Amino acid sequence: MNWVEFFSMDGKGFFVWGSFGVFLLCIVVEIVMVRRRIDRAQQSVRDSIAAGESGTARTAQ
Amino acid sequence: MNLFKYSAPSSFYPLAGKLVPWFGTLAFVAAVIGLYLGLFVAPEDFQQGEVYRIIFIHVPTAWMAMFIYLLMAGYAVLALVYQTRLSAMMMEALAPTGAMFTAIALWTGALWGKPTWGTYWAWDARMTSTLILLFLYVGYIALVNAIEDKKRADKAGALLVLVGSVNVPIIYFSVKWWNTLHQGASISVSQGNKMAAIMLASMAIMAFACWMYSMAVAFCRVRAIILEREGQSQWVKSIKEAVS
Repeated sequence: MNWVEFFSMDGKGFFVWGSFGVFLLCIVVEIVMVRRRIDRAQQSVRDSIAAGESGTARTAQ
Repeated sequence: MNLFKYSAPSSFYPLAGKLVPWFGTLAFVAAVIGLYLGLFVAPEDFQQGEVYRIIFIHVPTAWMAMFIYLLMAGYAVLALVYQTRLSAMMMEALAPTGAMFTAIALWTGALWGKPTWGTYWAWDARMTSTLILLFLYVGYIALVNAIEDKKRADKAGALLVLVGSVNVPIIYFSVKWWNTLHQGASISVSQGNKMAAIMLASMAIMAFACWMYSMAVAFCRVRAIILEREGQSQWVKSIKEAVS
């Protein structure tokens, strides 16, 4: 298989790889953003539990 | 098994967590097979040459753009009629992925249009109605984020999605109803398939990959939304998975 020919796509490489590249980029960006969002949400729950526990501890003292 | 049980965020949260890796793995495997078949096995098109390979992402993403919107419309009905919290959350989780697929469909369509029609864009019915679909997604996201009160935001968002759903059949039938630059359907229920088997298989596998990806990412996002909205409730704090 000739890779130069494959990537040139009959001289239409810009259009083909421009499509596949943006598709892949969007998927990667979305996965990263969703991952960050759930990490942030979980951190916020952890923070609120910690704040609740320290509040309870203070009340007990 | 009582499926209605999973309409409660507290039951759905752990279930979604278990399903995400399965959908993610299926999406990845299907995408690898679909791309391999589409880029290496499927032959060159006799009319368009190599550039036709854009079809393997253009058509699946365009299908997903419409399908996700219809799914959101289904959730909008459930949210408005039964006032189920999870339905509104699912709408919010699906919208960014739907918007992304619509934008990719428009982008790949433009890059396919230039070498085949000689233009990146034309105000033809298929393209214009797909652009309106993108505006509907963006409008929904902007609307639900602009209203502070979540209940009101969900209701307004559901109404917008329902009204906008009339655009989906317009997109689908636009190539039949009007004389468009965009070609007619290559696969239709009434006329069957006009594509070679290997091309159709690659496209179908890529569509399956996009579908599984959407499920994985929407379920992952809905878990974040559940925590954002119900983070203060006791059930969230009581499940280890939410905080581990």
